[in-house]
Amino acid sequence: MRHTISVLVENKFGVLARIAGLFSARGYNIASLAVSETLEPSISYMTIVVEAEDEKILEQIKKQLNKLVDVITVTDFTKKEHVDRELILAKISYSAKDKAKLEAMLEKHMAKIVSHKGDTAIIEAVGNQEQIKQLLAGLSQFGIKELAKTGRIAMA
Amino acid sequence: MKLTGAQILLECLKREGVQVIFGYPGGQVLPLFDKLYDSDIRFILVRHEQGAAHAADGYARATGKPGVCIATSGPGATNLVTGIANAYMDSIPMVAITGQVKTHLIGNDAFQEADVTGITRPITKHNYLVKDVNDLSHIVREAFYIASTGRPGPVLIDIPSDIQMKDAEFIWPESVSLRSYKPTYFGHPGQIKKAAKLIANSKKPLLYIGGGIITSGAHVVLRELAEKIQAPVTWTLMGIGGFPATHRLSLGMLGMHGTGFANHATMESDLIIAVGARFDDRVTGRIDTFAPSAKVVHIDIDPSSISKNIRVDIPIVGDAKNILGELLEQIKKLPDTSDWLKTVDGFKKKYPLKYKESEKIKPQYVIEQIDEITKGEAIITTEVGQNQMWAAQWYKYNYPRTFISSGGLGTMGFGFPAAMGAKLGCPEKTVIDIAGDGSIQMNIQELATCVCNKINVKVMILNNGYLGMVRQWQELFYKKRYSHTCITGPDFVKLAESYGAVGIRVTKKEDVRPAIEKALAIDNTVLVDFHIEPEENVYPMVPAGEAINQMIEGLA
Repeated sequence: MRHTISVLVENKFGVLARIAGLFSARGYNIASLAVSETLEPSISYMTIVVEAEDEKILEQIKKQLNKLVDVITVTDFTKKEHVDRELILAKISYSAKDKAKLEAMLEKHMAKIVSHKGDTAIIEAVGNQEQIKQLLAGLSQFGIKELAKTGRIAMA
Repeated sequence: MKLTGAQILLECLKREGVQVIFGYPGGQVLPLFDKLYDSDIRFILVRHEQGAAHAADGYARATGKPGVCIATSGPGATNLVTGIANAYMDSIPMVAITGQVKTHLIGNDAFQEADVTGITRPITKHNYLVKDVNDLSHIVREAFYIASTGRPGPVLIDIPSDIQMKDAEFIWPESVSLRSYKPTYFGHPGQIKKAAKLIANSKKPLLYIGGGIITSGAHVVLRELAEKIQAPVTWTLMGIGGFPATHRLSLGMLGMHGTGFANHATMESDLIIAVGARFDDRVTGRIDTFAPSAKVVHIDIDPSSISKNIRVDIPIVGDAKNILGELLEQIKKLPDTSDWLKTVDGFKKKYPLKYKESEKIKPQYVIEQIDEITKGEAIITTEVGQNQMWAAQWYKYNYPRTFISSGGLGTMGFGFPAAMGAKLGCPEKTVIDIAGDGSIQMNIQELATCVCNKINVKVMILNNGYLGMVRQWQELFYKKRYSHTCITGPDFVKLAESYGAVGIRVTKKEDVRPAIEKALAIDNTVLVDFHIEPEENVYPMVPAGEAINQMIEGLA
């Protein structure tokens, strides 16, 4: 099962390697990882989506993260009401006759075309896991040529 | 006052109370060694960097103070790696300092460059690459603080050689405060009350102790607690010395090569009070069969040790000494354990620790003699394998910090340099390395260090011509196919002599005692080569993956 956790870390040299190394050394899987500076530049905010078979493994992951000297706090969103979002960019190709159909679908999913060249377009969309999934299903009829996702960010 | 990086480092070490440094010079620590030349901190030049790391580790285990080692960049640093991993697995406070290539060369595959912070990240509690000389003093301060607080561990500081030469204003940080690192020292009062209640209502309580007792200095309060609630005490390899072996309530070590009575008592217990121990696989055996009727109270300073391997009923995070003290006060009603102690005594009679006497030299006999002659007052270090298990089983440790052994990592070659470190930390004590003929050859070069510095440790080699523990497994589980476990050693007497130490060979049982007495009386490093029964096994033994009461009790 996938769980979303956020980690506040000291924004120091090697901190990402410490987190990534912990996961690989202990055999945990990262489904996605998003990192950036916070308003306080000495602190970074990481959102990690982890695969954990059971509660015990999830507990260990949180405890091991907390044990790292550079980790300030660990928040588990599993049982918390929270908002999570992911941003995607998708390159699709479509013909002029499909334009209306595409625009209708983009509107439905609150997505938009951010770049356009000939018959290819780059679509930008923000949403939670389910919304993104539905959008991608809708876009698949046009043929997705490239897809980039930021990974999930979350906040409670 | 402006100082160079090297001077700042040494000034910090002095202020941290460092009295001895183990190390080896090289290109990228030249500026540091130049300043060491004028320093009054004692420097012990080892003959291999691995020896420096193990010596610093042994020093820390014997004294409780962080051990310090220094090596150059690249190969110097990678040679420290085994010793750092060893200290990490056993939660030993250590500060390792490595030279690094000049800042502008980092990442260029420069001569003797290795990504040492990268290599040591998973085997240190924390590590640093110093990029600005102005950060150096607070990094050193933090390193010592992190190494020696909470669950201790090794911290590495990688210092490029140009940083060692740069000048900076020396500012000594009076205190250390890290927002991201705040170990918990006091147990949750509610949890302690619950534990006290469980103890009061138990019929078969058992104290299961590990290295945390020794780290926190909880041995005195542990003894009070055991005596108050009349519970037997068993320990892990790391917990040896945390409770007196000669005490009526002592059960000895449990687990794979634990005593039969400790293992049976553990399986029968209805309440396990685990303190500073982590339910390692060598302790629990097959996990789903471990102590089936026991509730578990787990006291540990590291939350990640709790509920990692087994389900825990009452977790209590904090320092063992504080929590046991609180627990002692909270226990109002005492359990009646008289029947339980009778059962345990029955186990002691039924499953005694034993070996078959012989005219040949039995390793167990050698250790019993060492115990008698030193009156259990020596510091014993061990290598890894059969020598280690016999030393754990047959010497009676009554004091903390008297048994020094590589528990978690199981590092052959640890015992001798660790003995060196222990002797420097406790010069008034007799320090004996109980070794095998395989392990001793892994860091034998430190004989030179001992002789040059008059570090008079005694090495007792239980020489069976085999890598004994692996051979034992091959005998029992691989149809006696002794694949590459028969080893030829050197003439240990001549070897010792060539280094300026003293060598004694013992081939007859009646010479065992006089040889030990002679070795202890000689004012020099002494190597005693006991030619023991070659195919003697360590018993009892729980085969891997079995329940811990399913022991092989063979009497070889």
